[in-house]
Amino acid sequence: MSASVQSLVSQPYKYGFTTNIEADVIPRGLSEDVVRMISAKKNEPEFMLEFRLRAYRKWLTMAEPTWPNVKYPPVDYQNIIYYSAPKTQAKKLGSLDEVDPTMLETFEKLGIPLSEQKRLANVAVDAIFDSVSIATTYKEKLAESGVIFCSISEALQEHSDLVEKYLGTVVPIGDNYFAALNSAVFSDGSFVYIPKDTQCPMDLSTYFRINNGDSGQFERTLIVAESGSSVTYLEGCTAPMYDSNQLHAAIVELVAMDDASINYSTVQNWFAGDENGKGGIYNFVTKRGLCAGKNSKISWTQVETGSAITWKYPSCVLVGDNSVGEFYSVALTNNMQQADTGTKMVHVGKNTRSTIISKGISAAKSKNSYRGLVKIGPKAEGARNYSQCDSMLIGDTSSANTFPYIQVQNSTAQVEHEASTSKIGEDQLFYFAQRGISPEDAVSMIISGFCRDVFNKLPMEFAAEADKLLALKLENTVG
Amino acid sequence: MINENSDIILSVRDLRANVDGTEILKGLNLEVRAGEIHAIMGLNGSGKSTFSKVLAGHPDYEVTGGDIHFKGQDLLELDPHDRATAGIFLAFQYPLEIPGVSNRDFLRVAFNAHRKARGEDEIDVFDFDDLIEEKLDVVKMDASFLDRSVNEGFSGGEKKRNEILQMALLEPALAILDETDSGLDIDALKTVAGGVNQLSTPDNAVVLITHYQRMLDYIVPDYVHVMADGRIITTGGKDLAKELESRGYEWVMKEFRTGVTA
Repeated sequence: MSASVQSLVSQPYKYGFTTNIEADVIPRGLSEDVVRMISAKKNEPEFMLEFRLRAYRKWLTMAEPTWPNVKYPPVDYQNIIYYSAPKTQAKKLGSLDEVDPTMLETFEKLGIPLSEQKRLANVAVDAIFDSVSIATTYKEKLAESGVIFCSISEALQEHSDLVEKYLGTVVPIGDNYFAALNSAVFSDGSFVYIPKDTQCPMDLSTYFRINNGDSGQFERTLIVAESGSSVTYLEGCTAPMYDSNQLHAAIVELVAMDDASINYSTVQNWFAGDENGKGGIYNFVTKRGLCAGKNSKISWTQVETGSAITWKYPSCVLVGDNSVGEFYSVALTNNMQQADTGTKMVHVGKNTRSTIISKGISAAKSKNSYRGLVKIGPKAEGARNYSQCDSMLIGDTSSANTFPYIQVQNSTAQVEHEASTSKIGEDQLFYFAQRGISPEDAVSMIISGFCRDVFNKLPMEFAAEADKLLALKLENTVG
Repeated sequence: MINENSDIILSVRDLRANVDGTEILKGLNLEVRAGEIHAIMGLNGSGKSTFSKVLAGHPDYEVTGGDIHFKGQDLLELDPHDRATAGIFLAFQYPLEIPGVSNRDFLRVAFNAHRKARGEDEIDVFDFDDLIEEKLDVVKMDASFLDRSVNEGFSGGEKKRNEILQMALLEPALAILDETDSGLDIDALKTVAGGVNQLSTPDNAVVLITHYQRMLDYIVPDYVHVMADGRIITTGGKDLAKELESRGYEWVMKEFRTGVTA
């Protein structure tokens, strides 16, 4: 049974190409000089350099976490290139017309056309190539409503007061090992600011592309939604196929004031390594949202299909009374992939509510763990949480684990947790086949049925894409 | 209805099959013509269900000898889903639950797979909804069934009716009903049997696999076969089932054994 179920695996990774482009690369390794060099290259304000140096010094005192349910050889942090930027991008660009055509082609190939004629209607895109943002579309149109959407490097030049005010307030520099590393060396990322009582007129999106085989990618995203505002944000990621592992250690910080709402969706498709586990991205990411204001809402939706190793817990800190945190996740692992992912919902304010829906799918020899913390603080009167963690196994050699942690310090709180594990079995597939449905179609129907609750939360354009992506990833898993 | 001139739908010759290395079917022969209803009876472990799974192509069953022709085509060369679209339908003894997949989507995808195999265009959601509403009447099912996940939380009777609904939709040339009567109360049994009778035409055929006579009060077979030890050991008309009901299986087995040793 397992042999035939496994044989559907291994759809070639279609984003695995490399773009040949001359890059401005700094020497391998990390030191205080490297941190200074990155900051200098970006001509950053003084506070930023100090922030980086504080983080670097903190990082030196920390140790890599060993508690995740993943195994990998030690990362040599002195063998990573911490800054790599396309040379043509050295000077600041006035418009998209000045972007290197090779770069535009790269993004077009990835399905993210940036040029005026072809770009996605109603979605503004910030395209990040290795360490730098190469273009942001619809900037002017967004500015009409007062929305700021630009790379974080640009924000540091033009809106440094806002960056200084919020950067590191949700994820402090010493939060964890990878957060400290990111805080020291982050090279670019996106910055979003939605002013008071403004509904962002279009969806915002960042597309991350790692190109250089030896560089890490350390991006930093900061989204601030002022009172009464709302925004929907999507990020996508791909990388070429290399034999070596590449490190991706990002931070995303979200801040929602009174009555504000932020919907943050991720479709993560970093290169996952080959079927023997060679190569692939180490995706060690810290994402956290702060519901600072009353009635605010932060919703994370993630579809995680790539990366050799995923270590990621998009979280919500619910400080404002009546604030709402949501986490909807589909994590798919195949071949030798390992994922340890989940969320933290920290209830601080009164009547705060959180919902966790996690769907893990593991195929071949992969390992998929859900790890989640629900913490109800002493002042969180009437707080409620509902968690549902479902795992689906394809074949006999994959594994699924659930590690739920619940800490309740207020007796009026209600916390519910449900979990299930199911398996796509030969008998289920035979039932489909007996009705004329091929194994490929059967698996994709079962998987999209399994993931429906999460896909329903994705922006419409991306729900169909996520569905297709999972079907592709699982092609040949069964048959 | 027996018509000696009608087309042969299914022809099984000296069929042998293993499960996990154990031989279960040991030389089974059967011929089914269009318009006929066959009942296969026999004790537990006689190989009845194995036969139905082998016809449908379940991957756990290994055919080690003999051949099966379906409408003149070598059935053993076809994948399970191609056998289904070629016109073989198996009503499962234990229909599977498929959480998250609505009955409506499942039925539509199955129906379109059949259309595609015939070289026809797929039909859209709206046309399909009209079509399936009609079919619901055959098994007296409520439209709300369509929006539930396939068989999830269905009662035993609902699952069996859902099988017959699928049969009504897919209009197979050969329907194999594997113990469809088991676990049904008398009303559900009548509904299911009524559905099967309604779907039975001079162009298709039905093979009923059952332990008991009671289903055959409602679906009257043209032939009754008794299976034992992986073979059909005797064949008769509908009265044979009645005789089995009153006398048990032992006497047939005995006659068979005497026949074999003689």
